[in-house]
Amino acid sequence: MAETPTTSNYPTRWKRPPVLLTHPAWRKVILLSGLVYLVLAVQTVEVDWQRVYLGLDRGWKFVQGFLLPDFTSRWNDIYAGLMESLTMTLTSTVAGILISVPIGIGAARNLAPAPVYLACRGIITVSRSFQEVIIAILLVAMFGFGPLAGFLTLAFATIGFLSKLLAEEIEDCDRSQIEAIRATGASWWQVVNYAVQPQVMPRLVGLSLYRLDINFRESAVIGIVGAGGIGATLNTAIDRYEYDSAGAILIIIIAIVLVVEYSSSYIRRWVQ
Amino acid sequence: MSHQTASQNLHWQLRTPKQSFLRWLGWFWLVALTVVCWQVMNENTIWAFVSDAPSQAADIGDRMFPPKWGYISSLWEPLWDTINIATLGTLLGILFAIPVAFLAATNTTPSTRFVRPLALLIIVASRSINSLIWALLLVAIIGPGLLAGIVAIGLRSIGFVAKLLYEAIEEIDEKQVEAIRATGASGAQVIDYAVIPQILPAFWGISVFRWDINIRESSILGLVGAGGLGIQLNASLSTLAWNQVAMIFIVILGTVVISEWVSARVRQAVL
Repeated sequence: MAETPTTSNYPTRWKRPPVLLTHPAWRKVILLSGLVYLVLAVQTVEVDWQRVYLGLDRGWKFVQGFLLPDFTSRWNDIYAGLMESLTMTLTSTVAGILISVPIGIGAARNLAPAPVYLACRGIITVSRSFQEVIIAILLVAMFGFGPLAGFLTLAFATIGFLSKLLAEEIEDCDRSQIEAIRATGASWWQVVNYAVQPQVMPRLVGLSLYRLDINFRESAVIGIVGAGGIGATLNTAIDRYEYDSAGAILIIIIAIVLVVEYSSSYIRRWVQ
Repeated sequence: MSHQTASQNLHWQLRTPKQSFLRWLGWFWLVALTVVCWQVMNENTIWAFVSDAPSQAADIGDRMFPPKWGYISSLWEPLWDTINIATLGTLLGILFAIPVAFLAATNTTPSTRFVRPLALLIIVASRSINSLIWALLLVAIIGPGLLAGIVAIGLRSIGFVAKLLYEAIEEIDEKQVEAIRATGASGAQVIDYAVIPQILPAFWGISVFRWDINIRESSILGLVGAGGLGIQLNASLSTLAWNQVAMIFIVILGTVVISEWVSARVRQAVL
């Protein structure tokens, strides 16, 4: 059997092995169940193609409205909605930060005793598990229509987001600095002020600016359920089939998000 | 005066007077702006409604409890619709996000001057508009139903997935790309053999993360007529059937918790 190996014995082609799910049987099972699910899911989607065909005309009008937006004829409504959105965004972010700093410190395991830790984590979980829109529905029912309900919604949502990330940041703090300050005989307040605060401050500023951006985007949404802001104006514009005004509002939203995003990345670089 | 007294009067300060003045000024403006915003915002607030809020809250809480448990039998189908909207919408979004991500990443884009800004514009436009607003538009354009919800979720997902994916592509190890290119591989082969193996774990992580977010969002899309649990929610809200609303909230909360658990497990396994 001392056959000399010829080149034909070697494969000339090579296929990249799979990166994930290397077991072939599992691959087949998961692929097959995925296919079965897809077939089942697609069957539930009933599409009225005639309605879609009729709607294409409106879709085209919307594209036209987006390309040739009409800022002027509804400018008073747009301006009022925009002012509501912007004021709501700023006040709710400031209020949210003021409340979420103590909760964030309380939810950090290395600073807070167990009962406080559990209570603060509970608040964070409640705030995070419900969508802004659902909270807005409840608060509009309680406080009446208008931006105050929106302010409360956004502040509430900010608490869950900021406290959680702040608590994680505090838990990731450099322990040796805390120990050094504690070794000088500092009280708990002094430890927070001199050891923890300088370490988390840049991150807190960054997160607050990010949340400002998110709150503006959300303020455009919760208006749909009556919580004031540009969302209400947008909803009215679409209901009246005024796609050129709706296009103008969307362009304004995108522009403001862009401005906030760029300026916040600039401020973050300046702070750090 | 003598040198000694001058050195005694010196205090160490963290900042120069100018710096601390600027900081003080910055804080002052922030507080002033917030107060002005608060005033402007509450110009039209009817404080009688606000002072009435606790009794309203107690009333709503009273009506919500106990939740109408039997109502769940008519919630299974909307729940299935909600999950389908989220899953199919995520798939649709991913389908468009992959090419956009490759066009937006500096190391794979065909032209940084023309194609990349266009891809970035798509990402920004998709990211700044919430899926509820997309749904509002699409319901007006293609009519109410699941399709509008799926397309809305898909459009919103493009920006999110493409942004995170193109950042992952930009962070790959260039040596592997060079090694594959040195074997004489074509452009498509370089992407298949050098780029994809490096970004695949991140890709699955991002997709599952977005799917988890989409489950949350699709549960309320029905408020504007795009199918799923939101339609039941809207119906219950407009008939003031708060005990049904409570039941829907419980279902949404349960779904969100389960989807979060699934996504955390998958991300743990992949990354």
